[in-house]
Parts: sequence; C-alpha cells; structure tokens
Amino acid sequence: MSFVEYGDTIKDGDTAIVFLGHESMFPVKVQHGTVTQTKYGVIRHSTDLIGKKYGSKVTCSKGGWVFILHPTPELWTMNLPHRTQILYSTDISIITMMLELKPGSIVCESGTGSGSLSHALIRTVAPTGHLYTVEFHQQRAEKAREEFREHGVEHLVTVTNQDVCKNGFGVSNVADAVFLDIPSPWEAIGHAKSALKAEGGRICSFSPCIEQVQRTCLAMEEYGFTEINTLEILLRVYNVRTISLQIPDLGKAAEDNSSTGFDSSSPSHQASPCANLQQGTVQFKSGVPLREVVGHTGYLTFATKS
Amino acid sequence: AMEEARIREGDCAVLKRDEVFKAVSVLRRRKIIFEKQWFYLDNAIGHIYGTTFEVTSGGNLQPKQEVEETTTETKEAGTDNRNIVDDGKSQKLTHDDIKALKDKGIKGQEIVQQLIENSTTFRDKTEFAQDKYIKKKKKKYEAVITIVKPSTRILSTMYYAREPGKINHLRYDTLAQMLTLGNVHAGNKMIVMETCAGLVLGAVMERMGGYGSIIQMYPGGGPVRAATSCFGFPKAFFDKLHEFPLSKVQSLLAGTFTTELPAEPEENALVGGESNGLSEEKQQETEEEPAAEAPMDINTTEEQDTMDINAEDVEFKENKEKDNKENVREKQIKQWERRKKLKEAAALLGEKNADGLIVASKFHPTPLLLSLLEFVAPSRPFVVYCQYKEPLLECYTKLRERGGVINLKLSESWLRNYQVLPDRSHPKLTMSGGGGYLLSGITVLWEKGKPECTNSEALQMEEPSSKRCKLQDLPC
Repeated sequence: MSFVEYGDTIKDGDTAIVFLGHESMFPVKVQHGTVTQTKYGVIRHSTDLIGKKYGSKVTCSKGGWVFILHPTPELWTMNLPHRTQILYSTDISIITMMLELKPGSIVCESGTGSGSLSHALIRTVAPTGHLYTVEFHQQRAEKAREEFREHGVEHLVTVTNQDVCKNGFGVSNVADAVFLDIPSPWEAIGHAKSALKAEGGRICSFSPCIEQVQRTCLAMEEYGFTEINTLEILLRVYNVRTISLQIPDLGKAAEDNSSTGFDSSSPSHQASPCANLQQGTVQFKSGVPLREVVGHTGYLTFATKS
Repeated sequence: AMEEARIREGDCAVLKRDEVFKAVSVLRRRKIIFEKQWFYLDNAIGHIYGTTFEVTSGGNLQPKQEVEETTTETKEAGTDNRNIVDDGKSQKLTHDDIKALKDKGIKGQEIVQQLIENSTTFRDKTEFAQDKYIKKKKKKYEAVITIVKPSTRILSTMYYAREPGKINHLRYDTLAQMLTLGNVHAGNKMIVMETCAGLVLGAVMERMGGYGSIIQMYPGGGPVRAATSCFGFPKAFFDKLHEFPLSKVQSLLAGTFTTELPAEPEENALVGGESNGLSEEKQQETEEEPAAEAPMDINTTEEQDTMDINAEDVEFKENKEKDNKENVREKQIKQWERRKKLKEAAALLGEKNADGLIVASKFHPTPLLLSLLEFVAPSRPFVVYCQYKEPLLECYTKLRERGGVINLKLSESWLRNYQVLPDRSHPKLTMSGGGGYLLSGITVLWEKGKPECTNSEALQMEEPSSKRCKLQDLPC
C-alpha cells in the first residue's frame, strides 16, 4: 500500500482506514502484535488485518463488524489528525483541476498545515512530479515529513521549514503551479512568481476573507499575472429518505365517495392499502438537504503567469 | 520541456477571447473564424502558449505589445449621475463613422480613444463608470486573442459554455469532484462509461498521464471521442486505452461472451467472407471513424460528421466496385485486429479488479452501476454523474439493496464567481442549477444477495442524520 498506489492485501506497516459507518471511521497503523479498540470490540492486527484483502469485513471481539479500507487522500482528509484548519475535498478538487495538475507536474505549496491538500497533490503529480511544500511552524513541518514517510510518498515531496513570505519556496523557475494557504498571501506573490517556470504556470490562493482576496488580487496584477479569477465552491449533500405524506381528510361528498382525486392504484398506495383512502399516505423518495451545512470555507483566487 | 511550451504546427490548441474559448488545430494557411473575426494561425507557430495576439489586416496574428495605458491625462470624473440624461445623443460619432474607421484599418485601441473623446457624457461619469465604459468598448473593438494549451480546465469550461447538451450539462466543478472522488491517478485501472463527447474520458486520461489502463464502455457502434481529441494527447496514451461495448456486458458477466479469434488472415483469404458479424463490424467502423478524427471546432461537429460519413459512403461504394482480394484481406486484418482488441478488453474486465468506476451518461444510472460494479475490486471508489437527482435516488436505494458498497453519498456542488476590484467586489453569478448531481461510494467485499452495511449505517438508513452532523470548524 501507498497513497499513490493501490495494493490488494493489508500489510504490516500500512495505514488503513477502519470504517465503522457513515462519517465514523479512523486511520490505523497496521503493526504485528498490536490491537485496536473500537466500540464493537478489539481488532487484532496480526490475525484480523495482516494478509486480509482491503475492503474486507472484520468481525471485532464483541461481534460487531467494521470494514477495512485502502487509504486514499480523500479518506485521509476525513480522518487525519488536525494540527490546523484543513482544506476539504470539495475545494481540493477544484484547486487540482484549475491548477491543471497531472502526473509530472511540479507544485509548490505553503503552508503545509496538516497535509490534507499535500496528500491530494502528491497523488495527482505522482509518479514523475514533485511537491515542494513550505511550513514555517517547525513542529508541523516535522510531523508532515513523518507522515509522508509512513505513507510511502516521501520521494515525491520536499518539506522546507521556513517563512514563505520572507524566504520563498526554496526553488526557482521549476514549478507548474503554486498554491498558497497563508494569512497574508499577497506577501508571497513575488516568491510564487519566481518559483514558477519561466514559460509560465498557474497559481491559486485560498483565503477566508474578502479583504485578503482584494489585496492578493492587487498583488497578482502588480506582478503581471493574468486571467485573475476568484471563485467559491460549496458542497450540498443530500440524505436519501423515503417520505410519507398524509393525505388530508376533506370529508366525503354526499353522493359520490369514489372520486377522491387520488388514483388508488398508484404504486405508492400498495404499501399501505387502506379502505379509507382519505386517511392514506403517499410515499416518495426525496433527497433531503442536511439541516446544517458548510456555508463558506474560503475564496479561491486563480491566475496565470505567462 | 521548453519545446512543449511552444505552439507547433499540428498542435491542438485553444483560442481564448475574454471568457470565450474555441478548440482548433494549428495548421498553416487555414482560415479560422472566431468571435466574428477571421485570421490565420501561421504567425502564432513558435510562440509560447499563453501569448496574446492582435489580429492585423489580412488576418495575420501579431503578438500584442504591452502598452502603458495613457488615457486622458486630465483625469476628470463626476461623483454621481444626477445630471446624466440618456438622450441617445451622447456619442458624436455615428455608426457610419465607426464603420469607416474600422474599414480604414485603424487599430481598435485608437477607435476606443476616439469613442471616449466623442462621448459628451464621459467626463461626467464616475471613475468607476468610466472604467466600465472603456472595458466594454475595448472588448468590442480591440481584436485580441490568446492561444492556450488545452487542458481539462479549459476544455470543460469551453464545453459547458458552448455545448452543454453534448456533455449532459456536466459543469466543470462537478467534473473536478468526480476526478477527486474517484481517486483518479497514474497507475489505476479505470472503467469509464460516458456519453459526454469523450470529455470525461479525456479528463481521466489527463490525470493518469499514460500510466495504467482505461476501459471505456460504449453504447451503440463505437465510443465518441470528439472532445478527447481536443486534448492533443501523445499517441502512447491511446495504447493503454481499451473499449468494450455495453451490449456485451451481460454476456461477459454471465460467462457466455465469446470472441473466437480466427486464425490470422492469410495471403489468399477467401472472397465473400462477409457473414453474420461483418455487417455489424462495418457499421461500427463508420461510427468510429468520425470520432477518431473528430474536428477540433465543436461548433462544426455536426457538419463535419456528415461530411465524413459521406466520404466513407463513397469509399464504401468504390470498395464494392473493386471488390478485389486485397480489399477483402485488408478488411479481414482490420476485423481480426478489432476482435483481438475486444478480447483484450474483455480479459481486462474479466479480472474484476478495476481500481475505480466513473459513469457520466445520458442513460439511467441504476442498471449501469448494478452491472459495471461487478468489475471493480473491493475498497475502490466509484462516482456516478446524473443531470437529474431522481435517478440517483433510485440508484442509491438499489445499491443499498444489492450491497457491496459503503459510504454512499449523494451530492451537488455550487459554484460562485466573484468580481474583485477595489471598492467594487461582489459575487458575479450563481450557478446553483444545472451542474448535475453525483452519487459516490466505496466498494467492499460482500456475499451476494446480502446487503452489507455496517452496524451504524444500518441505523443511519432509518434515522435522520442531522443530529449527527457536526458543522466543520469555520475559518475566521
């Protein structure tokens, strides 16, 4: 297993995802002799995990079961230990496409943060591309290096511990794309420009506040970036539910009680046959939006160096 | 690498003017019509992608010089529009005057300057209004085009704006979600079923960079790859691209699928071997060819298609007239090769170990999913696009009944573009409708006929999850 290559069976040293249910999962480092506690009981790595196929159902000691999943950047994003606020897959997907990333791309990123985006970037540029990621917080930089090693992607990424606004990305004229997620991106636009290839490339900056965007756009214009475009992407998730709506009782017409306006032979009625149609229900499938959703993550500003 | 950055003859390129795109082949002495302008691309050859050109007389392109904006030295502007009256007479230049300027070959930049000078209200407009006026006129009179390298970003934006019907209204941010949710990357063995002109296939190919393999499932006579050809992929990318007809999926799953490979055709092959399968093969050929040589300009696709088909008709008749042994042999070789490829694709699918499934078609997703998921390995993502939500509701229910999938998610993405200018920042337009819906999930090992969801998922099916939903910690 690695985050850039699928494997079929679970091996010692792998990072696997223990899936307990919707939005209930966690990562686990597979190690001989180790046990993992879940609410359904214990999982013994040597017997329950190692050698089993990814996607297997594993029965825990108390009889409940979980699935063991192959790690992907998307599953990692949902389960990683937060050291900072992170970027989620919806933003990551549009960043990846708008930066035109593909195998072989050279990307610069700052800050590394918790490595949510980093894993997705590495996945996309592998096996011939490279990620140069800059994090000014020493402990975070070190933790990221450790994770990349554990996930089998260290050859695809260079973590530098410095201030991108002062010292840049540590490389020049090599990048196809630059991504910024820092509090004052406008201070790093010059460094971003020199990190990009002479023949051009793409840049993206993520900022939660419009004032940050404003200053970043001005800086981009100043440094000759073109195609400056700011957008925002939001995800709407729907729960699939079978809804039953009761038919109201409007009373009976004095003479004619067969014309209720509803077709009693409709399939939705077969589930609940009732003599008195007026007390029946109509069933249908609906995609129900979540009660509370993310309304804003950040603005994404894209531009081209040409 | 530098060479790749330059525009070369025979390249697939995209023309850009403001937000309008058009895909073209870079050919010498080929007249291009774009945004009411005509020109030749000859002079663009050798320049770096991303260069902006001006159209000069005779339809030649000339790299645009960066000019310092030297607009009216005395920057006069009003503060509000209380005294500006629309009498339709503020512009002193008449329609004919402007036409005369254009005919004289006066540069667009100068025409804009003249329009400003002859506008009686310009000086009374606010600074912002002046800005807006100049921008509008520039857009109309300055004939500049930028030549950019094709990419999923460019082509998906172009298709969504120009030909949404051909890609089932799949908006580019939705396509971006699909690539990420599907964990599409180098080395994968992907199954793609699309009727989006080959755009989704192209996007998957771009992300795989020629590493791994793709099996494209197609309805009818052959896969449509008009949009795929706009990407300008190297030939090697197509070596790992396989195709398999949807109509043979059931027989493949039932184990009744056969492609008896005839022995390699010999020199003196029999004449008149046109039996059962051959007529079908022929039809496949006519449908495949236009797709393979799909024209770059998507606006003329229809036209071009008919032209190609007519050309083939002629060829076909000629072949019949000749009807010599060589022709039959050629046909047999082609047929043999096609059978061989079909067998290879069937074998790849038969391994049932694909790393992902991407569906984006005009067909009902449920039967596609129920069948095609059989070919996918456990613990792999799948993503289905549908223009409408309702079929995905049904698909969700049927997948739950079938089992073997977890983490099912029905979603839609919203995209909002912003105008960011000093003191004039606001959202540009909402795109809430029309981007389509996605159903995604992960495959797991399961025993057939037993719906397999985890303990808590079983509960979740019945109980609304709103309680459980935690709001992500928000920035700022």
